[in-house]
Amino acid sequence: MEDNEILKEITDKEYKYGFVSLIEQEYAPKGLDENIIRFIWEKKKEPPFMLEWRLKAFRYWKSMHEPHWAKVSYPPIDYQDIHYYAAPKSYKEKPKSLDEVDPEILRTFEKLGIPLREREKLAGVAVDAVLDSVSVATTFKEKLEELGIIFCSINEAIRNYPELVQKYLGSVVPYTDNFFAALNSAVFSDGSFVYVPKGVRCPMELSTYFRINASETGQFERTLIIADEGSYVSYLEGCTAPIRDENQLHAAVVELIALKDAEIKYSTVQNWYPGDKDGKGGIYNFVTKRGICLGENSKISWTQVETGSAITWKYPSCILKGNNSVGEFYSIAVTNNYQQADTGTKMIHLGRNTKSRIVSKGIAAGFSNNSYRGLVQISKKAEGSKNYSQCDSLLLGDKCGAHTFPYIDVQNNSSTVEHEATTSKISDEILFYCNQRGISKEDAIGLIVNGFSREVLNQLPMEFAVEAQKLLSVSLEGSVG
Amino acid sequence: MEILRIENLKVAIDGKQIIKGLNLTIHSGEVHAIMGPNGTGKSTLANVLAGKPGYDVIEGKITFLGKDLLELEPEERARAGIFLAFQYPVEIPGVTNANFMKTAVNEVRKYRQLEPIDAYDFLQMMKEKASLVGLDSSYLNRNVNEGFSGGEKKRNEIFQLAMLEPTLAILDETDSGLDIDALKIVANGVNTLRNPERAFLVITHYQRLLNYIIPDFVHVMYNGRIVLSGGKDLAHELEAKGYDWLKNGNNNGVN
Repeated sequence: MEDNEILKEITDKEYKYGFVSLIEQEYAPKGLDENIIRFIWEKKKEPPFMLEWRLKAFRYWKSMHEPHWAKVSYPPIDYQDIHYYAAPKSYKEKPKSLDEVDPEILRTFEKLGIPLREREKLAGVAVDAVLDSVSVATTFKEKLEELGIIFCSINEAIRNYPELVQKYLGSVVPYTDNFFAALNSAVFSDGSFVYVPKGVRCPMELSTYFRINASETGQFERTLIIADEGSYVSYLEGCTAPIRDENQLHAAVVELIALKDAEIKYSTVQNWYPGDKDGKGGIYNFVTKRGICLGENSKISWTQVETGSAITWKYPSCILKGNNSVGEFYSIAVTNNYQQADTGTKMIHLGRNTKSRIVSKGIAAGFSNNSYRGLVQISKKAEGSKNYSQCDSLLLGDKCGAHTFPYIDVQNNSSTVEHEATTSKISDEILFYCNQRGISKEDAIGLIVNGFSREVLNQLPMEFAVEAQKLLSVSLEGSVG
Repeated sequence: MEILRIENLKVAIDGKQIIKGLNLTIHSGEVHAIMGPNGTGKSTLANVLAGKPGYDVIEGKITFLGKDLLELEPEERARAGIFLAFQYPVEIPGVTNANFMKTAVNEVRKYRQLEPIDAYDFLQMMKEKASLVGLDSSYLNRNVNEGFSGGEKKRNEIFQLAMLEPTLAILDETDSGLDIDALKIVANGVNTLRNPERAFLVITHYQRLLNYIIPDFVHVMYNGRIVLSGGKDLAHELEAKGYDWLKNGNNNGVN
């Protein structure tokens, strides 16, 4: 009976980032056809190869069907009722300096804790700020250029480094990969591009902050990160959106390429608007993220803290092609109220002696559903490979669900695969025990959730670990009475 | 000084009355033992004092240090100085004893308008109190009660009692499931913590524990009421005669 009381008392804690900025926007007309794709291509002033690529993707997408194998449910999406392009009206080109940026945009990012002005920049973190369909500013660009590191919007990269883009764009996630990847390839408007040259260790965190502002708009960003031989880069993305009654589609594609001896660390703190306590509104986060360890001894590590979105459909994966390469996936997914998350990873072992490690922590509260879905595939040639997977679920209350779908496929007998899974529940007995020691319910949950998530939080860059820890508590605030 | 006063307490669970008019007053420095057969309302009393949800107080009044206890949330009662050593301590996933205790100690300190405890002082305090009940300091970095034996869990309860320095400590069947050595360790810990400002309410089914924790008062509970009160010798008498002595109505206190 206590459980029922607890659930009844779920409060409507305000989503902190739910404000709307009054920025005059230029939209593409609603709907999607070849003219819209040409419109985006023209707006972006891209070279001809991109139009061809986009149209191929679009034609392929039309032959595909939306996937429905994930453990999520939602009403049908009308793909003709979405604006595929929205940009602030104030400029036609990306501003050359911050003086040219609409002050309202700067204020928007300041409100989100991302100051872009020179003197207030985040120390040790270079930021690319993306609002709806365009990148509005990139900080520390010159400093990185001295080291030969390219950090810019994908649109700038397409125009300034077409040979790099043409070589790698779609090489890890081809447009034929899945429905949302095909859609993204056809209509993506901006995102981030990183190239770290041979032997360079990037001295600061690179970060992109994605913000959806316009209504009835989809956000389709594309990120491409290339770490050349012997280089290292740590990259972080954050995202928020205003509170709206409608569901908004976010279908991003991220591709990572690690050459011989290179390492890419990719961290996500995803806090898209999750919808209200009755499940109204929120972002559909349908994202394809994949990295390839192309060279020997390379390493790709994904860390994600997923607290937002009405629906999350996302499986950051590693293709371990180079011998001795390493793939890692550390994840915390929190769902509250009516949120749904179906997330996990794929580790595809192709090279010899490749190793992968999966640590997934799912936390479900309210009426939410939280699923881990993972594939560990070890090919015949990937001799001596190892995988370790650990999937832990934590339940708050008895109206939520946690599910684990591990798929394992091993084709040689010199490899080892380990899988461990646990499910715990924050019961009323545990909460009362904490209360009896003077600790309130909210603090008790914070204590347990942070302890539960410690292993993953430890993987985040220091600057963001504290933020992420706070975010976890906020996301679960009001999940008990 | 009077710490606790219970007047005509009546408590029901799911509509079934368990405590049927109970009176008890405890002063500082006193150790009260409550004995009685199973199902007679002893643990219900402990849980009602601690504020566990699910119990309906249908009549009566409980005053703790001059305050109306029933108005306070469980965590407020704990901060104000009520400690319950649980009969079945729960395991808390992902939270170390050290982290748990630090949070709890600081909540109590905040209530007493003290600054949060210094990290070094806290460590010293933990080591000192852990040795009181023979817990190795490696326990402190393990998750609360996770993988602890029954005896270790009970010792951990007394360790927490020592850390939180309550005004009223309630021990709910702390002796259950303990072998004689563990019982002596627990009793010794409790005896060390006895002082003129603190009172204990020891709930037990068996007289055995009271050989080691000598009470000032013994109350016998039967069918939701205290039917007999006396000094420490009452425990021995009860042990000798058995609870059937009460059930058969051979005592003028039983209705």
